[in-house]
Amino acid sequence: MKAYLGIDVGSVSTNIVILNEAGEVLTGLYLRTRGRPIEAIKAGLKRAKDTLDPGVEIAGVGTTGSGRYLAGVMVGADVIKNEITAHAVAACMLVPDVQTVLEIGGQDSKIIILRNGVVVDFAMNTVCAAGTGSFLDQQAARLNIPIEQFGELALQSNNPVRIAGRCTVFAESDMIHKQQMGHALPDIINGLCEALVRNYLNNVGKGKEILPPVVFQGGVAANKGIKVAFERALGMPVLVPEHHKIMGAIGAAQLAAEKVARSGETAFRGFGITELPYRTRSFECDGCPNACEIAEIYEEDRVIGRWGARCPRWDVV
Amino acid sequence: MPRITFPHVAESYRSFKMLMEDLGNEVILPPRPSKHTLDLGVRYAPEFACFPVKILLGTYLETCPKGVELIVTSGGVGPCRAGHYAQLHKKILHSLGYPVDIVVFEPPRLYPLDFLHNIQRLNPHRMSYRAIYECIRRAWRKLQALDNLEKLTHKVRPRETIRGATTRTYRRVLEWIDRAYTLAEIEEAERSALEELRKVPQDPARDVLKVGIVGEVYVLLEPASNLEIEETLGNLGVEVERSLFLTGWTRDNTWAETTEGLTVKEAALPYLPELLGGHGRDSIGNTVLYAKRGFDGVIQLAPFTCIPEIVARTILPRVSEEHNIPVLTFFLDEQTGKAGMTTRLEAFVDLMRRKKAIRRPA
Repeated sequence: MKAYLGIDVGSVSTNIVILNEAGEVLTGLYLRTRGRPIEAIKAGLKRAKDTLDPGVEIAGVGTTGSGRYLAGVMVGADVIKNEITAHAVAACMLVPDVQTVLEIGGQDSKIIILRNGVVVDFAMNTVCAAGTGSFLDQQAARLNIPIEQFGELALQSNNPVRIAGRCTVFAESDMIHKQQMGHALPDIINGLCEALVRNYLNNVGKGKEILPPVVFQGGVAANKGIKVAFERALGMPVLVPEHHKIMGAIGAAQLAAEKVARSGETAFRGFGITELPYRTRSFECDGCPNACEIAEIYEEDRVIGRWGARCPRWDVV
Repeated sequence: MPRITFPHVAESYRSFKMLMEDLGNEVILPPRPSKHTLDLGVRYAPEFACFPVKILLGTYLETCPKGVELIVTSGGVGPCRAGHYAQLHKKILHSLGYPVDIVVFEPPRLYPLDFLHNIQRLNPHRMSYRAIYECIRRAWRKLQALDNLEKLTHKVRPRETIRGATTRTYRRVLEWIDRAYTLAEIEEAERSALEELRKVPQDPARDVLKVGIVGEVYVLLEPASNLEIEETLGNLGVEVERSLFLTGWTRDNTWAETTEGLTVKEAALPYLPELLGGHGRDSIGNTVLYAKRGFDGVIQLAPFTCIPEIVARTILPRVSEEHNIPVLTFFLDEQTGKAGMTTRLEAFVDLMRRKKAIRRPA
């Protein structure tokens, strides 16, 4: 049986998905990247391999996320795709008539507008990461509440508290202020969810025509408080797909399947790569005053990829 | 001999250097803006000033320690902050201990006497107006040659079969233009340079997207300020057409507005009946024109906090909808990262490809 591998290496999580030919999720893994993408990819692939039934053959691989190039050269990807396209593709697979995708990840948030199954517009947070997963993680840690319970707590709120959500630093000050005033924790957390949604809609969603069905995905979609706050702000139901955390990887796997269907072969290098030593190195180029920071990845003693240059000087041939 | 410098605007320094030297000035060449330039600019410019102010200040702070006495720059038209930047730069440079003076060229059709006065300040040998005119003519021709060369790279790069071949050839043939001095030499160098670029191996059958680029003049013209967006797009298989070139901009502001400029104004009229300074109205008008010409998309480049482009940005979604053309905006400043830009560009290219595939089924 043929299957397709999708790898999404993000700032917070590294997700690995194996799809069968019908586009169903055979394996879906969500791992923390913890600042060590190579180790996360290797560990994820090892676990993915163990979940596979004998006789399943990987017929194509796609990578996405901010670490897509790194993952791409390691595994021999057939498709290296940006996360916007990957998320849109995955949303279309699960909700074929989707018109709006709200996606909030570890450090970025995006909105994707689709009409008739085609992306017609998108936006991504530009100057500010307020309201993304990392900030929620940080606040949960500060309040000593497991992130998984954060949303549940918000739902228990029965008294709205307004939190300033424009900037994470000020949001935190405001939360502390409200908590010192004596407001209940569920109310404050609910206020935070509403502030983040307000900030998202006013920045990322500005000027976009949000039509149903609306799909909410990304790690933050696990937070029920945010989902409900979106529903209240938009006045329409918001769908959170079962695999909301790994949608990017699902999209990457699907794109790989489409690519391989056209090309007829895969560049996948096999699960054996989890046994190979990889290391990275970076240096400052001295070719011009721009002083680009070049990062390179070695497999054993061979350079397999380089990034960060603004000119072709360091291209790996 | 007065030691002068000027802002770095892509390859135009090759022409300005020749002109200033011909007039009898010693030129201290501005370096290509780099991280170091930005560090200097950001440190000494007001925080909320726009990106070009910071880059230019950084550039001056790199050249002033080399003994610059006079800075030559241009002014601004309409209510845009660029109009007073030259004076701001002068004040900041003075406060940092560089007693430089600054010559600001405003549009001569608006201020003819001012223009002649400025020319005289750059004419230490008291050359005749006729001789000066000849110098300007050659410099102008060189500037045109540089623009024509750059325009051709926009067509060749998305079709090249060897990645990076266009850029490498371009860098090489620029030196030919640089060395040419007489009018005949410049024309000859231009001819051979264009021919050499056309020889870059290309795949003429490749399905290339066409994107128009609009926005504020400096971030449009200086690749170092827009993270080489045109090259990145070229590598993604996109042919770009930029709405502004230095020769076009100078022409509009020197003699008369060209008909091209007038159509842009007309095209923008239903959306924006006012001149709002900078290139805000042009950004809207050009987007309309690109849509009418069947382009696949438009990219707007704007310095962070640029008021004219912010106004244009809020109008563009309507233009995009009514003319059915995707528009992507980038606000640029020292915080802009290349990775984020690449992700958005890749997604934008995917979007345009899907749209095109649906419009024209294979």
